[in-house]
Amino acid sequence: MTRRPDFRSRAHPAWWAFLVHRLSGLALALFLPLHFWALGQALHGAAALDAFLRFADQPLFKFGEWGLVLLLALHAAGGVRLLLIEFGAWSGLRKNLIAVTAGFGVVAGLGFALALFS
Amino acid sequence: MSEELVVKVWRGREDGAFVAYRVPRRENQTVLDVVTWIQRHLDPSLAYRYACRVGMCGSCAMTVNGVARWTCRTHVSRVAKGEALEIAPLANLPIVRDLATDMRDFFDRWARARGQFTGAATRHDDFARVDPASPARVAADAGIECIGCGVCHASCDVVAWRPAFVGPAALNRAWTLVNDERDTAGRERLRAVAGDAGCHACHTQGACTERCPKGIAPTAGIAGLKRLVARAAVRGEL
Repeated sequence: MTRRPDFRSRAHPAWWAFLVHRLSGLALALFLPLHFWALGQALHGAAALDAFLRFADQPLFKFGEWGLVLLLALHAAGGVRLLLIEFGAWSGLRKNLIAVTAGFGVVAGLGFALALFS
Repeated sequence: MSEELVVKVWRGREDGAFVAYRVPRRENQTVLDVVTWIQRHLDPSLAYRYACRVGMCGSCAMTVNGVARWTCRTHVSRVAKGEALEIAPLANLPIVRDLATDMRDFFDRWARARGQFTGAATRHDDFARVDPASPARVAADAGIECIGCGVCHASCDVVAWRPAFVGPAALNRAWTLVNDERDTAGRERLRAVAGDAGCHACHTQGACTERCPKGIAPTAGIAGLKRLVARAAVRGEL
């Protein structure tokens, strides 16, 4: 058994970008079945879906929704960064793209929060 | 600047432990100076490796405060936390003893990534003339300054997670060769670096590029290899 790189070795922006992309991806994948179940309520008629939507119109759900928007924004922007790295002509670590990813996540999160409260 | 450094040095093999030494603090002191001082004044049995002391040979890389670095060009003032320094052998490599790692596995991976040059010319042929401004030459130039120190390999989590992965240094080597217009083993090399043990295992964590002391970006070369492999696969050349 060799020694392994530890958290000190991972303390740099590209690794954080990897971690955020992986965790947001896993969280979104876990949410997806719930999303389809909610949409599936429409199969039981308009009343069933409306009842669920009214139930979901609570602060806790709104907060969860905000979290989803944030995760989606981070994952989408991070995915674009990866595509640019894989297919673009570039050199270096593209830390500017990591900053853009984080910035896009913050803007989308704040924008959605603003829409919730206005 | 304090008068003394407290230096924890890894002793033994994989089941070893850190041993603390007190070393006088000097100006312009490198981490390699510290290790050499311990070996010369405190414990002559300390095993470590170095040769050139000027960042050319790639033999003195160690893990300094958790981060893989070339120790001859790493000043203590840049990495010491107060007066504390922790020096360990490189991660992801078998330990021979103390701070010396066995580099055989590291270079075997270069061979597995088809890291050998294969040319068509003989010694009787004239020199090949390669346009310095051609895109392939520029791409190769960006990677050929590798000194084989193993810092990228030791920093890469994918190397730790997937034992078959050839690693960033081997893939960087392959990338410079596929961009060498004199080389004739391109297809064979793309076959060697395609798949789970090669470029497609990379998670773009960027540790290799972040830590390379020579400023090389293996992440860029790995992305380039993925593109070449994809193109060859689409054309049925793989």
